[in-house]
Amino acid sequence: MQQVSTPSQTSLPLVKTHTRLAWIGQLFFIVLGLAVVYILGKNLISNPTLFANIFISGLQLGFVYAMIALGYTMVYGIVKLINFAHGDVFMVGAFVSFFAVTRFNLHQWPLAVFPSIPPMISVVIGSISVILLSMLICILLAVTIERVAYKPLRDAPRIAALITAIGVSFFLEYFGALNFVFSPRFIPYERPFEVVAWYIKGGIHQVVPGTQPPDGSITFSNILLIIMLASVLVQIFLQFLVKRTKIGVAMRAASYDKQAARLMGIDVDSVISFTFAIGAAFAGLGGVLYAIAYSSIWSQLGILPGLKAFIAAVLGGIGSIPGALVGALIMGQAESMTAGYISTPMRDAVAFTILIIVLLIRPTGIFGEPSQEKA
Amino acid sequence: MELGFLLGSIVKIAAIIAYFYGVLWVMSLPSRWLKIGGMVVAFGVIQLGLTKFGNFQLLNDFDSGLLFQACAMAMVALGLNLIYGFNGQFSLGQWGFYGIGAYTSADITYRWVNGDARGLIVVGVGTIVGAIILTAIGRLVKKIRGIPVLSAFTLYLIGTLAAGFIAVMVGRLLHPVFQPLLGTNLDPGVLAQGIPMQIMFFLAVIFAGIFAAEVSFLFGLPVLTLGSDYFGIATLGFTIVVNVLMINSDTVLPFPEMKGGRGMVGIPKLTTWFWAFLFLMLVVIVMRNILRSSTGRAIMSVREDETAAKAMGIDIAGSKLMAFVIGSLFAGMGGGIYAHFIGFLSPGSFDFLVSFNPLIIVVFGGLGSMTGTIVSSFGWLFFLEGMLRVLLGQMGTEAPTWRYVLYPITLLLMMLIRPQGLLGAVEWGFLKAKVVSTRPKKIPTPTDSPAVEV
Repeated sequence: MQQVSTPSQTSLPLVKTHTRLAWIGQLFFIVLGLAVVYILGKNLISNPTLFANIFISGLQLGFVYAMIALGYTMVYGIVKLINFAHGDVFMVGAFVSFFAVTRFNLHQWPLAVFPSIPPMISVVIGSISVILLSMLICILLAVTIERVAYKPLRDAPRIAALITAIGVSFFLEYFGALNFVFSPRFIPYERPFEVVAWYIKGGIHQVVPGTQPPDGSITFSNILLIIMLASVLVQIFLQFLVKRTKIGVAMRAASYDKQAARLMGIDVDSVISFTFAIGAAFAGLGGVLYAIAYSSIWSQLGILPGLKAFIAAVLGGIGSIPGALVGALIMGQAESMTAGYISTPMRDAVAFTILIIVLLIRPTGIFGEPSQEKA
Repeated sequence: MELGFLLGSIVKIAAIIAYFYGVLWVMSLPSRWLKIGGMVVAFGVIQLGLTKFGNFQLLNDFDSGLLFQACAMAMVALGLNLIYGFNGQFSLGQWGFYGIGAYTSADITYRWVNGDARGLIVVGVGTIVGAIILTAIGRLVKKIRGIPVLSAFTLYLIGTLAAGFIAVMVGRLLHPVFQPLLGTNLDPGVLAQGIPMQIMFFLAVIFAGIFAAEVSFLFGLPVLTLGSDYFGIATLGFTIVVNVLMINSDTVLPFPEMKGGRGMVGIPKLTTWFWAFLFLMLVVIVMRNILRSSTGRAIMSVREDETAAKAMGIDIAGSKLMAFVIGSLFAGMGGGIYAHFIGFLSPGSFDFLVSFNPLIIVVFGGLGSMTGTIVSSFGWLFFLEGMLRVLLGQMGTEAPTWRYVLYPITLLLMMLIRPQGLLGAVEWGFLKAKVVSTRPKKIPTPTDSPAVEV
């Protein structure tokens, strides 16, 4: 803020500030950072292949988180609401694809309709249609949620909307846990296509199905490649959408100043619905890919990945689309490194520790611009 | 049959509402002796209901269980109402402090029963030394004004670690002295017979509360500087971290008696109606008096308008921290009551899905209404149990899930139709804003502001 008059040059300041003492706090975080670097470096040197495998699994997780984080970051950018239900939309996406594959064999429809086409193409088209169906249902769900639960509270305090979001999230989780919906059990997920894995040990070899890759080799599968490809495509699409199209301009305008955008003739309500729809579509895509990658789903699947994707969005800078990707990749690595080197349940603790540290050191995240007004 | 049970629950809720109306009315009586006498009568009424006369018992074990649980829940929810309702800081960490309190107090009494005084010594010495060191550092930090929050946090953290170290050392030193005096579970020594368990229980609950408060001080100091919903997420993260540490308490943390994810068994069941009532009333009186004081007005002014409060010279960060620490103290004490009622602690009951319960209670009761919080904590437990019985008849094993389907719907309807809570900001008797003032003239206070209108 600009000072209009500067009497402070003549009068003494009332409170002596000790910004120089900031080094005490900085030292604490530097020591913490060095400890993490030391542990990771030690493990990298002692067993590079294990490190590489953990890195690859973190990469896979990170790209899935990126797709969920997009929805959080876009919705938060516009309505300033932590959409808790987003993680559950992700779960619904996974379940829709499950039913499409196991009940209706949707992934085989091209072969059923046109028996003469090669099975490879049939699987590709079938899988894509499964994904599209999931995305569509997620869009419908998210827009319904937005219209029913969030829209009436748009002018209410932010916390009222947040509590509503928590309520919607609970409803989806427990409604999904009913026996006639998704059931409360873990369900083995039948993949629409075969997993092909490769291992690197003096060149890239294909893993023979049903056997283990040799010790000391780095393995990866086609699922990782598909997730990476989908995530990068989604990023490019969104960059194009937000930067080059009319609706993208409207979204940016609405996120900047809703009132002014409305005066400029932008239908802010439908822009918000559109944002929810886009976020939900990618959550649905993420849900299918997550289910394919980890092949086990249940009705509370969405909670923790949802929260971690939100952390990723905060880490990358909320409102920033490349930030969501970068933050999600860091989160994926942090989680997989913790699971690999410390203990599996501790990964949730580490995720939230990262959140708290990021919020304390740089609340705007890596890519975020410093906000003009205090939240 | 099941409908009868639901009706019974509703009758019980009505009785409890009437009961608390009476209690709060009695507490507002002008004479001290009338107040104390009324409280004793209020305690005695339920105690009579809990006593067995031959085969007749008005309130069976099931009801008394609900009653104790509701007392613990009311303490937790009152703490949350202080943080969220009165101070405006949206916290989801209350359940984490509740869990810390439950596990700490359970550890003290469990170890004591099994002939190990280290739980009491380490926690007791640790909290007391920690409080002294934190106060000393607080003085220092206040002297160097304008010190960055993170630096202050680092100083406090070092102080706490020092206190913990001292406590562990003292425990190690005194352990050989106490061991023969305590004896074992099967062969109690002089000390174990000499000191009634009720005193141990009281100390355990108090120390657990103070421990939770100190943890909340350390956590709240940096985190309270965040904005409203970021603070909510950070505190949700705290609950999850606490839960993860509970699951790993025998592997990552050095507490084999907590048994990690399998759950801690064999906690002595010491909670009686006397203790539950006493602690609940303690919390109610302390909280009411804080809110009447200048500290309380500062806390409420932060909720109304931070900038205006700052302009009036109110220490914003200090008020927020004060509310957060006191709220966590209540939660920790509630945890102690719960642990010694249920006798078994598992990390599952401190899962973050359950951590929204106090929030829902506070929202139902009305933000900034102590009466509403107390009534809704009791009503919530009895109603949920009644509903569960009805659903059990209709839905069988799926009933608990159905209950959790209906419960967010009620929350949603509540937020959409009556966001100020069922009772709004209504207060009864003792808790009413209008107090008999000894001052000659009525001075307008922030408590008379329209936000807490009756």
